Amino acid sequence: MNIQLPRVDVAEQTLAIVGELKGLEGSLLPILHAVQDEFGYVPQESLPVIARELNLSRAEVYGVVTFYHDFREHPAGRHVLKLCRAEACQSMGGDRLAERAKALLGIDFHETTPDGAVTLEPVYCLGLCSCSPSAMLDGEVHARLDETELDTLVAEARR
Amino acid sequence: MTVKIYIPRDAAALALGAGKVATAMAEELARRGVDATIVRNGSRGMHWLEPLIEVETADGRIAYGPVKPRDVVSLLDAGLLAGGAHPLCLGKTEEIPFLKRQTRLTFARCGVTDPLSLDDYRVHGGLRGLEKAVAMEPAAIVAEVTDSGLRGRGGAGFPTGIKWRTVLDAQGPQKYIVCNADEGDSGTFADRMIMEGDPFVLIEGMAIAGIATGATKGYIYTRSEYPHAIAAMTVAIEVARAAGVLGRSVLGSAHAFDMEVRTGAGAYVCGEETSLLNSLEGKRGLVRAKPPLPAHKGLFDCPTVINNVISLASVPIILDQGAAFYRDFGMGRSRGTIPIQIAGNAKHGGLYETAFGLTLGEIVDEIGGGTASGRPVRAVQVGGPLGAYFPRALFDTPFDYEAFAARDGLIGHAGIVVFDDTVDMLKQARFAMEFCAVESCGKCTPCRLGSTRGVEVADKIRAGIAPEKNRELLADLCNTMKFGSLCALGGFTPYPVMSAITHFPEDFEPAPVAEAAE
Repeated sequence: MNIQLPRVDVAEQTLAIVGELKGLEGSLLPILHAVQDEFGYVPQESLPVIARELNLSRAEVYGVVTFYHDFREHPAGRHVLKLCRAEACQSMGGDRLAERAKALLGIDFHETTPDGAVTLEPVYCLGLCSCSPSAMLDGEVHARLDETELDTLVAEARR
Repeated sequence: MTVKIYIPRDAAALALGAGKVATAMAEELARRGVDATIVRNGSRGMHWLEPLIEVETADGRIAYGPVKPRDVVSLLDAGLLAGGAHPLCLGKTEEIPFLKRQTRLTFARCGVTDPLSLDDYRVHGGLRGLEKAVAMEPAAIVAEVTDSGLRGRGGAGFPTGIKWRTVLDAQGPQKYIVCNADEGDSGTFADRMIMEGDPFVLIEGMAIAGIATGATKGYIYTRSEYPHAIAAMTVAIEVARAAGVLGRSVLGSAHAFDMEVRTGAGAYVCGEETSLLNSLEGKRGLVRAKPPLPAHKGLFDCPTVINNVISLASVPIILDQGAAFYRDFGMGRSRGTIPIQIAGNAKHGGLYETAFGLTLGEIVDEIGGGTASGRPVRAVQVGGPLGAYFPRALFDTPFDYEAFAARDGLIGHAGIVVFDDTVDMLKQARFAMEFCAVESCGKCTPCRLGSTRGVEVADKIRAGIAPEKNRELLADLCNTMKFGSLCALGGFTPYPVMSAITHFPEDFEPAPVAEAAE
């Protein structure tokens, strides 16, 4: 269940964020990060406010949001589990772990479990390549994962 | 004197439980009422031994690892504080062969000091390069860097001094130093380790670059996947600013230089310098055509030095010890040291800084100790997802920009990913194309479309559909991408693909049809 904030709040809070950051050079990415930190995603209602304040078109702002993998257009689950899919993790069985995580959660990459608990995402490298395979659960890093540890992580995320 | 216990705060150590070890240690020390402090240092780079903790004794630092939280009680019982014997004891840290055989110039302090203590940084030789630089003419600083032979450690290997010279000579009311810390290559973590383990060396290197070129503002553009590095750099910049290392008067001189950290948003292509500049400007990370060079028209169209983390972090020691000192290490046109990152299926994975010139075989078999799985090494990918796969037959290749190029490979950011004999090279070639398709910025056709077509052709080979014709098609596609793409993403994706086909042709043959045999 997603709690929808009233539209006016999104616009107001976005305006406050933009007001704080628009003095920075090249402020759009810092603003989008701050908006996503605030709401958990970049709401449609934020875009016209950002565009107006930065003197950009809505299309330009939307184009930036969609270019970067990090920015979400919809809220994620309560927990986000990122599994590394890059070569170093592949060399240590990362693909098998990814299949196991998908089966345990019953979802594919980029999907959220129906109960809204977990979003599963691929990540291309966490810089933990000497202790592969690795994962990140809500910003906490985990390395040298085996099946048991993955199961623990998934169970933790489902709670 | 209070005993110091070192427990790393490096992300790799944390990912293996160093945070829990530190908590358990603090609780147990308090319970015992022992007078000891815990220092959260960077990593020594011996990642198979992480969490590796150290204790300072009259005899030097003694290492223990890999330590789990449950080991804390037995370690203290065994006399950890005096460097006592224990099954996890590794002896003197500096005597561990993996560390002892290295030449640590750029990483001299990483894992040794408290990363956020400027005092500790000074005590261990920090700021000496910057102190010299503020008293020098900009052209003399540039000449020193040029003479050192330092080349871009991001992968392109372009001489750093020449880049700086171009920016020094360029006219403009504002110039920038941009640090490319968008370390997205699988198998690399040197940038992350420096930012987490010795952030002041990067700050010092950037300040020197600023003074040398007349730039007053710097940006570190790093990855959202590196939260620990972002946190460490942000605090270190504040500390440096408060101490007058950054600001209107760098170390009390007439030079101004300040900097900030900016976070990317999960786009691999932003590691390409022109794409990075667009991203810093708040735009889509589309690649720009060159010329104009960033040195002439870079960030916001101003003259810009854009260098990799390791290039900039190598500058302080060059200024401190002199160009000749640095240049004396290495081989051919590859001067100085390179932090080699041994990753993937390696027994002894980690960071190994050494002069250029070791052979690939020495690095993988002797230093890396072969595979973690214990199976034979079949392939190694050098230089990240855009680097070639080398078979054992090429293990005599010396680690040198030109030697790798001569064998259709690249050293890139010096990451080496080891694969054992279970690797499927057709799958790896397909992944290279898939990765390019996911990460292409979309500006040029060979990269945007070629990568998707590449995945399809690889799938046809897998399915046994006209394999010979499709292998030719894949090679032809690689040729188009290599010469027709705007940047290294599309232009270098052919390296892993073609090296896989060339060195491991047996993996591109149709699979024996099992049904027919039954």
